[in-house]
Amino acid sequence: MSEDKLIEGVLSGKRRALARLISLIEDEDSSVSRILAKLYRHTGKAHIIGVTGPPGSGKSTLVTRLTTELRSRGLTIGIICVDPSSPFTGGALLGDRIRMQEHALDKEVFVRSMGTRGHLGGLARSTSDAVRAVDAAGKDIVLVETVGAGQSEVEVVEIAHTVLVTDVPGSGDDIQAIKAGIMEIADIFVVNKADLPGADKKVTEINAMLDIAPTSDKWRPPVMKTNGRTGEGISELVDEIQEHMAYLKSSGVLEHKGLQRSKDELEQIMEYKLTRELMTKLQGTPEFDQAIKRIARRDVDPYTIAERLITKFLASCRE
Amino acid sequence: MSSSKKIRVLVAKPGLDGHDRGAKVVARALRDAGMEVIYTGLRQTPEMIVEAAIQEDVDVIGMSILSGAHMALFPKVMELLKAEDADDILVVGGGIIPEDDITELKKCGINEIFGPGTPLEDIVKYIRENVNA
Ligand code: B12
Ligand SMILES: Nc1nc2c(ncn2[C@@H]2O[C@H](COP(=O)(O)OP(=O)(O)O)[C@@H](O)[C@H]2O)c(=O)[nH]1
Ligand SMILES: [Mg+2]
Repeated sequence: MSEDKLIEGVLSGKRRALARLISLIEDEDSSVSRILAKLYRHTGKAHIIGVTGPPGSGKSTLVTRLTTELRSRGLTIGIICVDPSSPFTGGALLGDRIRMQEHALDKEVFVRSMGTRGHLGGLARSTSDAVRAVDAAGKDIVLVETVGAGQSEVEVVEIAHTVLVTDVPGSGDDIQAIKAGIMEIADIFVVNKADLPGADKKVTEINAMLDIAPTSDKWRPPVMKTNGRTGEGISELVDEIQEHMAYLKSSGVLEHKGLQRSKDELEQIMEYKLTRELMTKLQGTPEFDQAIKRIARRDVDPYTIAERLITKFLASCRE
Repeated sequence: MSSSKKIRVLVAKPGLDGHDRGAKVVARALRDAGMEVIYTGLRQTPEMIVEAAIQEDVDVIGMSILSGAHMALFPKVMELLKAEDADDILVVGGGIIPEDDITELKKCGINEIFGPGTPLEDIVKYIRENVNA
């Protein structure tokens, strides 16, 4: 598929083109930045919803249930499910699709599984760009399921507008885990498996924690109860999700976050490009090799050398 | 193609057959060989298999059938793949499949069939050597 055809395909919502683009993104193909550059102005329309929480708490089941409800409200859906890759072999068993069979033949639902490929933080390195591709393909909602998250897997907050944190009744200990890291990123708490004993107790516990949590936000995360098996509570959950988006818009938080994200992204790209420019100039030059040897011998320190090389590089740019 | 290209495989159980041990064993072996394996579970229709293969942009489809329904289900998958212009995907199968049927299935485009007792290394090796890089 040629680049232009691929772009045209993605923009007209062709699932084959979208699927291929996500593979290129995952494989870090050299064409990706060119393609994403052309797609950029067609993005920013989707409501991105992150779903995170301990493994087995019902994330995939909830994603399926949410999809059913959102479809019934006339919205189109993209789903990205992230599972861990083995750090030893690089292989991965991606099984979230098992729970998503209900939508297997719905052309307005696009499901993609990703391995983390060594990236920590609960997502794959390329998840953010994959979400952008789905957004460009015109899906109204993008659901992102993280690898079962512990405390440090909070990256989803950087790409999602609304973060759902799932938990289940019982297991008093994991409320501690939640408290430590994930607590802060939740826009909505979901106590799933409400059919099991202790659901109300769990809701009360989370609410109690929220009452003492310091917050500057006007949004207080609601604590919802769902049953993934029957779909009970899902419609109310979708109401809250849409409520949260309305809040983001009316409070100006959406705009603020958009600016913040654009800044972060621009910085990241410039840092990457600058470093690459600089290194292609320096790599293999006698001056660079000599400096490395002198640093290793403790003749000079790396701070001074870095300063000197960068100053020289910037001066050469001015010429 | 860049060096980080990974082989992606869809492992599927078509039809009503509940024998999933072989499919799971093969899925794990492929994962351990460094591939990304998408497992979709039991009771897949040919339409579901082809749709998943396209969305996941897999290089390989692996189907497992021990129920005897392979002559109906495998060719149907091939037909749908052709209709989607996606028959460049490598298609392999396994399970209880008589010799004569294997010949027939290969004629309709299934690349290889692996029967009971096939060493897992053979399957890994075949996929590595035959996937369209
Ligand atoms: C274990 C077993 C069961 C277990 C299944 C457990 C499970 N969750 O898998 C149970 C007890 C549930 C069961 C039930 C039945 N079974 Co049974 N079962 C077997 C048995 C003894 C072994 C199958 C097995 O797990 N082998 C181990 C795995 C690792 O081997 P494998 O699947 O063959 O996989 C290897 C290769 O085939 C290949 N491969 C397989 N899949 C794939 C996929 C890919 C992508 C690739 C590349 C390779 C590949 O690689 C693997 C490694 O070498 C076979 C007999 C036999 N010797 O095969 C009968 C057998 C398959 N069963 C049979 C029957 C009839 C049934 C029942 C209908 C019995 C009944 N009347 O109730 C039910 C139906 C269940 C259902 N819902 O479909 C018949 C099928 C006859 C046919 N096809 O004509 C068999 C052949 C027994 C017989 N000789 O009659 N069964
Ligand atoms: N009892 C009960 N089980 C559920 C509920 N929701 C999901 N499950 C089951 O919990 C298990 C894990 O679900 P899954 O969605 O795969 O969790 P994930 O690992 O967080 O994606 C599956 O066996 C589901 O069927 C629920 O509301 N009640
Ligand atoms: Mg899951």
